[in-house]
Amino acid sequence: MTTMIPSQARPTGGSTMRRSVSWLKTNLFSSPTNTVISLICIYILWEILSAVVGWAIVNASFSASKEFCGDVSGACWAFVHDNYRFLLFGTYPLDEQWRPLIAIFMLVGGILISMNRRFWSPWLAVAWIVGFVVMYIILGGGILGLERVSSTNWGGLTLTLILAVVGIAFAAPLALILALGRRSEMPFVRVICVVFIEVFRGVPLISVLFMASLMFPLFLPDGVSIDKLLRAQVGIIFFQAAYLAEVFRGGMQAIPSGQYEAADALGLSYWQKMSKIILPQALRLVIPPTMSTFISLFKDTSLVTIIGLFDLLAATKAAINDPTWRQQYIEGYVFIALIYFCFCFFMSRYALYLDREMHKGMSH
Amino acid sequence: MTEQRQLADRESVIQVNNMNKWYGEFHVLRDINLDVKQGERIVICGPSGSGKSTMIRCFNRLEEHQQGEVSVNGIELTDNVKNIEEIRKDVGMVFQHFNLFPHLTVMENLTLAPMFVLKRPKAEAEETAMKYLERVKIAEQAHKYPGQLSGGQQQRVAIARSLCMNPKVMLFDEPTSALDPEMIKEVLDVMIELAKEGMTMLCVTHEMGFAKEVADRVIFMDAGQIIEQNEPHEFFNNPQNDRTKLFLSQILGH
Repeated sequence: MTTMIPSQARPTGGSTMRRSVSWLKTNLFSSPTNTVISLICIYILWEILSAVVGWAIVNASFSASKEFCGDVSGACWAFVHDNYRFLLFGTYPLDEQWRPLIAIFMLVGGILISMNRRFWSPWLAVAWIVGFVVMYIILGGGILGLERVSSTNWGGLTLTLILAVVGIAFAAPLALILALGRRSEMPFVRVICVVFIEVFRGVPLISVLFMASLMFPLFLPDGVSIDKLLRAQVGIIFFQAAYLAEVFRGGMQAIPSGQYEAADALGLSYWQKMSKIILPQALRLVIPPTMSTFISLFKDTSLVTIIGLFDLLAATKAAINDPTWRQQYIEGYVFIALIYFCFCFFMSRYALYLDREMHKGMSH
Repeated sequence: MTEQRQLADRESVIQVNNMNKWYGEFHVLRDINLDVKQGERIVICGPSGSGKSTMIRCFNRLEEHQQGEVSVNGIELTDNVKNIEEIRKDVGMVFQHFNLFPHLTVMENLTLAPMFVLKRPKAEAEETAMKYLERVKIAEQAHKYPGQLSGGQQQRVAIARSLCMNPKVMLFDEPTSALDPEMIKEVLDVMIELAKEGMTMLCVTHEMGFAKEVADRVIFMDAGQIIEQNEPHEFFNNPQNDRTKLFLSQILGH
């Protein structure tokens, strides 16, 4: 004989207030030692926060002019007001700065559109290529009545974004080819990919940039010169592609051999097997480390200042070298730190969202 | 006897001549000779490590043999990629661990190969898929992901996935070994039905009840060799080789 066991409702914790109190008790004040540690941590946090908030907001001057900064003990945000165009566009001619502004909007807009899975198709790749060409024309000028602006004058956030977005857009597909090549059964292809990856992973990005800016031109015949920005950009792409290739390869290795065998047994060709079965699973697995690589690529663009390109960090350095703003170097660095942080935090949140979104349904 | 004679008149689907295979120094398959006739149902058994799975995996080139000839449907298996692709279209395979594609729905699992390998239009591929899903009694799960199904359901989907390619021969590599006991029957039922409809089948399995019910021939392998083969009644009641006797006493003894 069987009897039905009535199922009981799961007990709930009562009101929000009561639940928070019990959370505090179990997590922060569960024993005398824990209580002491919690109190010390709260005190340290309070000290840090009050100092930061006091400097940045309470005691700061938000007026547009530096004259009022003498009266306050906190930050002088007039620095940002006076320098923001320089930080955004570098030494781009003042009257033409609507052009890099359009470029920034194109880049950010392109990123926002690409984040939406509904737009993921081969056409998106075509749109990016066309977008890059248009952006190059807008920034460089020389045709359509636009004044010619040499790439040495592109700078600030515009340059940082160009280096990062173009870097990601080309490093990712190159990494995919390298990762496939490294797992290829053709010895020649495999050796080329292994050498490429190991060489670029084996040297610091700084030396790649130095090679690109100083040594590479020595090998070119007289009269031939390649734009310095382009050389740095290619250096960044190669360097990050080598890292990303290893991330992708790790993902492919994590796919059980049964998946390869099932695809083979069904008669799928190599490219069908890779594009329909292996890569969709492998790339899903490596969303977090891929985004980490993108984030470090974004931050590493600041190294181009060493070879004389004028990115966001270099622009800030130049701005605080101005005698007027000598004392405001903290404001300068805090401000661009915030810009870097916003972009990087945004990327890592998106990775989290994408990771969750892509694993919906296919729970194991 | 009459059935045996009928089979002998039919065309061969798989012909194996003195096939040998090594893993490094280890001789996994020794002088395998086999002739599989159209519509024949063969069960392959033997102790683990005897080379059963390796042998059938050589028939669709998941494994390479190093000596001898294997031909499927009259096409010889060599390094020729075109030949391998041709043969794989005609040879279905069901794996121990199902190997469904976890990122695709059941329906997408079934239509992928027909659409990309056989170039069937999507609507037609989906119609065929639905037909086979109904046959394995799982049509209502078409839009779920494999991870949401039980082991028995997944294996039935895997069988349907192979059938969608309209294969001339089906290879089963221990299809029930990874299943919980209560799910074995639902998979065996599907396989028995398939056998009765005349599908050519090679099945590596320890399910002797299945062998007795549907097999035309039972093959016993040990240490990479085919030791003994016979029709099931004779094989189980009157084994000739000592190793076969030992094996049968071990698996039927209790």
